[in-house]
Amino acid sequence: MSTNRQAETSASPWRAPLLFAVVILLIVLEGTVSNAMFSGSWNSALSILNMGLISAVTALGVNMIWGYGGLFNAGVVGFVALGGLAPVLVSTQPVPGAWAAGGPQLVLALAAGLATLVIAVTAAARMKGVGRLPVVVLILIAGYVVTRMLFDPAVTAIEANNPSKAGNIGGLGLPVLLSWPVGMVFAAIAAWGIGKVALGLRSDYLAIATLGIGEIIVAILKNEGWLARGVLNITGVPRPVPYELALQSNPAFVEAAARWAMDPATASAIYVKLCYAAVFVAVVLILILLSELALYSPWGRMMRAIRDNETAAEAMGKDVTRRHLHLFIIGCAVIGLSGAMMVTLDGLMAPGGYNPLRYTFLVWVMVIVGGSGNNWGAVLGAVLIWFLWIKAEVWGPAGMSLLTSPLSDGPLRQHLIESAPQMRFVAMGLVLLLVLRFAPRGLLPER
Amino acid sequence: MDILNALVAILNFVVIPAAAYGAQLALGALGVTLIYGILRFSNFAHGDTMAFGTAIVILLTWGLQSLGVSLGPLPTALLALPLGIALTALLALLTDRWVYRHYRQVRAAPIVVVMASVGVMFVMNGLTRLVIGVDEIQFADGARFVISVPQFKAMTGLTEGLALRTTQAITLAIAALSVWALFAFMNRTRAGKAMRAYADNEDLALLSGIDPDRVVRLTWIIATGLAVLAGTLYGLDKSFKAFNYFQILLPVFAAAIVGGLGSPLGAIAGGFLIAFSEVALTYPWKKIAEYLGFEPAGLLQMLGTEYKLAISFVILIVVLLVRPTGLFRGKAY
Amino acid sequence: MSDPFANRGNRDASVVNPRPGGTADGSRHSGPTRPGRTGDPFLIGENMRGGYGKADILNGCTLAVEKGQIAVIVGPNGAGKSTAMKAIFGMLNLREGSVRLDGQDISALNPQDRVKAGMGFVPQVANVFPTMTVEENLEMGAYLRGDDFRQTMQQVYELFPAVADKRRQNAGELSGGQRQQVAVGRALMTQPKLLMLDEPTAGVSPIVMDELFDRIIEIARTGISILMVEQNAKQALEIADIGYVLVQGANRYTGTGAQLMADPEVRRTFLGG
Repeated sequence: MSTNRQAETSASPWRAPLLFAVVILLIVLEGTVSNAMFSGSWNSALSILNMGLISAVTALGVNMIWGYGGLFNAGVVGFVALGGLAPVLVSTQPVPGAWAAGGPQLVLALAAGLATLVIAVTAAARMKGVGRLPVVVLILIAGYVVTRMLFDPAVTAIEANNPSKAGNIGGLGLPVLLSWPVGMVFAAIAAWGIGKVALGLRSDYLAIATLGIGEIIVAILKNEGWLARGVLNITGVPRPVPYELALQSNPAFVEAAARWAMDPATASAIYVKLCYAAVFVAVVLILILLSELALYSPWGRMMRAIRDNETAAEAMGKDVTRRHLHLFIIGCAVIGLSGAMMVTLDGLMAPGGYNPLRYTFLVWVMVIVGGSGNNWGAVLGAVLIWFLWIKAEVWGPAGMSLLTSPLSDGPLRQHLIESAPQMRFVAMGLVLLLVLRFAPRGLLPER
Repeated sequence: MDILNALVAILNFVVIPAAAYGAQLALGALGVTLIYGILRFSNFAHGDTMAFGTAIVILLTWGLQSLGVSLGPLPTALLALPLGIALTALLALLTDRWVYRHYRQVRAAPIVVVMASVGVMFVMNGLTRLVIGVDEIQFADGARFVISVPQFKAMTGLTEGLALRTTQAITLAIAALSVWALFAFMNRTRAGKAMRAYADNEDLALLSGIDPDRVVRLTWIIATGLAVLAGTLYGLDKSFKAFNYFQILLPVFAAAIVGGLGSPLGAIAGGFLIAFSEVALTYPWKKIAEYLGFEPAGLLQMLGTEYKLAISFVILIVVLLVRPTGLFRGKAY
Repeated sequence: MSDPFANRGNRDASVVNPRPGGTADGSRHSGPTRPGRTGDPFLIGENMRGGYGKADILNGCTLAVEKGQIAVIVGPNGAGKSTAMKAIFGMLNLREGSVRLDGQDISALNPQDRVKAGMGFVPQVANVFPTMTVEENLEMGAYLRGDDFRQTMQQVYELFPAVADKRRQNAGELSGGQRQQVAVGRALMTQPKLLMLDEPTAGVSPIVMDELFDRIIEIARTGISILMVEQNAKQALEIADIGYVLVQGANRYTGTGAQLMADPEVRRTFLGG
C-alpha cells in the first residue's frame, strides 16, 4: 500500500517558482486593479504581504515542530503572544515610578514562585514512597501562599502608578530589533518547561499541554495589568523603520514622492511598509537558510531518521525524546520571533486579539496547505492563506449578495449578507479539507 | 446555626454550580472519549459541534416560542432538543461520509485525521457564526428557580440563602438519565457491545461479523447527541456564545484525559473533578470562614476566575505526572 | 519518504489513540460462490500463489483437511505458514489457485462471508476483546448468529471449564493459556465446520500446551476439521492426522503426523533431530 503512495508523481521543478509567481501576482493585482475582488491599493496589498510574511515566520516555526518532529503544537497562539511581550518589555520607554513602586518586590515574588517550583521538582525527584505526593503538594501550597503574599501588594502598587496612562512595569527603552531575539528566548523558555513535562518516554501529551499553556499565556497577558497593561493595550512600541510623519516633513522625500506622482501621505505609508517588508523578507530568508543548513547537517539527518522510523532510530541509540525537545524549543522560539515581529509591525500589544483560531489553527492550515515538512511550502502557504483570509472577508458579502440576488430584499437576505464575512471560517476549513484530501502533501510537497 | 449557614453557603456557591458544570463537562467529555476510543483520534471539532448543535436548538426554540408553544415551567429548548440532536447528528454523519471515511479507507495515521478535524472545526465554527452570529444569547425560559433564596430563607430561617435554578436541576436530571442510558446501551445491547468490541480490536470485530461502518455511524450519532445535550444544557445554565464553546474544548479534553481517554467512566469522573476544582479554587471562602469563626484578612480566593482555565491545565499535568493512564485506565498508555 | 498519511513519528497520546488500527479490509465485497470439484477433500486450498506486495510469499502451496481431522502446518520462520492460513481465510488476495470448502468454491468470498460459510479463525495475537468479559467475548463470537446461542456457549464452557469460572472477568485479565481458550471458544461460537488456529500455543507453558492440544483433539472428535500452524512442531505432529512442511511458500513434505515424525530428513531439518 505504501508503495503506491510513494509512487505518486514527483513534483516538477517549476512548481515552486510558478506558485510563488501566482502569490506575487495576487499581491500585485491587489495593489493595482480596482474592482469587486481587489482593492487597487498598494497600501492594502503591502499590509497583506507584511502580515503574510510574519505568518510565514510562524508557519516556519510550526513546520519545524510538525514537519521535522511530528509534534502537534495546539497552543501556537501562546508562543506568539509571549514573543509579543518582548518588544513591550525591552523597547518601550520606562514608566517613571513603576520600578520604585514595587519592582524589587515583584522580582522577589517571581523568584519565590520559581524557587517553589524548583524545590517541588527536586523533592519529587529525590523522594520515594508514599510521602512524596503530600510533601510535594505541601511545598507547592506553601510556596504559592508566600508568592502571593509578596506578589499581590507589589502588583497593586505598580498598577496604582499613573493608572490612566501606564500602570505597568514599563520597558527598558532599548532598540526594538533587540527585542526580537528576546521574544525567541521567552518562547523558548516556555517551550522548555512545557516540553519537559509533556514529552514523555513512550507517548507524549504535547497537544493538550500546549492547548492549555496557550490559553493560560493569553489569559495572563489579558489580566496582568502590571505586565503590559492587560486589555488596556500598550501602544507606541518603537519601530525599526522611519515614521510616516517624519517622512512627510522631509523635503527630499516629498520631492521624490512628487516625482512618482504620489501624494506624500500615501507615499510615506507605502515606503514604511516596504521597509518592513524588506526586513521581514530578510528574516524569512535567513530562517530558511539556517533551517535547510540544519536539516542537511548530521543533526538534521538524525532528526529525519527519527521522524521516518522512530523505532529504528531509537534502537540505534538516538535519544528521541531529547531530540523532540530540542526541535520543539527551536520551533517555538521561531514562533516567538514572529510574535515579536507582529507587535513591532503593529506598534501595539493588544492581548484581546490573540484568538486561537487565528493564531493557532489558521497557522496549521498554512503549514498543511503549503506542504508539511517543506520550508518554502510553509512560506507559500502562509502568504497565500493570509491573502485569502483577508480577502474572504470582503469576497464573502460580495459573493453572498450575488448568490442571494434572486431572493427578494427581506430580513433573510439581509441576515445572510451581514453574516457573510463569517464565510471565511467555512472557506478556510474547506481549503484545509480539500488540500488534505486531494493533495495531502500540500502545494509544495516535501522532497 | 453558623455551621449550618456555612454548609448552605458551600452548597449554594460551590456544590450546586460545580455539579451542574461538571455534568455538562462530563457529557462533552463522554463524546470526546467515545470518538477517541472507537475512531482513534481526538476531535478538535467537538467544541464547535456543541456550539452548532446548540445554535440549531436555539433557532428551533425561537420557532416554537413564536408558535406559542411552551413547556410551562420548563425551558422550551427541551422540546427543541430531539430535533436539534437529529439535525446535528445528520450533519456529523455527512461529515463522516465526506471527510473522515476517506482517511479510514486509506488507513491514514490518526494524526492526519486530527488535522482533518481542525478543518471541520473551521467549517462548523463558520456555520455557527453564519446561522446565529457571535453575540451572547439567553434562551432559557420558564420558571427561573426550583428553590429561590427568599423561599429557602423563609422555609429554614437561616441567614444564608440557597437557590436551585431550574436549569441546574434539569442539567443534573438529564445528565444522570443520559449517562444511565449510555451505559445501559454500551453494556446490555448487541449494538453497544459491538461498539466496545470494535474499540477493543477492529480486526477481530470485523471477523466476528460486526459491520465497521455501522459502529462508526453509531459512534457519531451518540457523540454528537451528547455534544448537543452538553452544549444546550451549558447554554441554558449560563448563556450561549460561540467563542465560549470553542474555549470549553480545553476543560472537556482535560476531563477526558484526566479520566483516562477511552474510558466513559473516567470521562464522567474527570468532568466532575475539573468542575469542582474550578469552582472551589476560584470561590472566595471568606464568608464561610467567618461563619466558622475565623477572621480572614483576605478573600481566601486561591485564584481569580479569569484563570479558571489554568485549573484544568494544572490538574491535567498533575494527573499525567502521577498516573499517566488517567484516573481510570484509559486506552492511552 | 513522504507518505502523506504517515504520522511523522507523532506519538501524542492526548490526540491520537495508540491502539493500532485494523489491518483487515472490511470494505471488500464478496463475489459469488461456485460449485466445488467432485472428490475434493472437506477443505482444500489448492495451488495458492500470492503475497502482499509484488513478491509472492505463497508459491503454489496446497493444503487440505478432511472432515473431523487435524491438519498441522509446520516449517521454518518465513515459510509462509501464517500467510497460507490468511489466504485460506480470505485475508490475502490470491493471484492463482482456489479455496474450496464443503463442496463449494469460496475463493471470491471475503473473510466475513467465509465465517458465514463455516470457517472459524483464531489469530495468533490480539485474538480476544481485552476489556470485555469472557461471556461478552463469546457473545461477540456469535454476533452473526440470529438464533439462540446459549447452548453453544454452554458447550464452550464445558470444553473449557477454567474460563467458565471466569465468565464475568475481562478477557485481558486472564492468563495467556486461558486467553487462548477464550479465543478458541469465541471462534467456536459460530458453530464452524472448520477451525483454523494460528500458533495457538505461542507463549504458553508446556503443561498448558498439552491441555490445549487435548481440547483441540476433543473439538475434532465432534466433527469439526482443524487446520493449525504450530511452532511446537513435534508435539503438534503427534496429534496430526496430516502434516504439511512448508518451505518458501511451497509444500516440501506432506504425510500423516506419524510419517513425518518418522522421516529422518524432516526430523533433522525441521524437528531439531
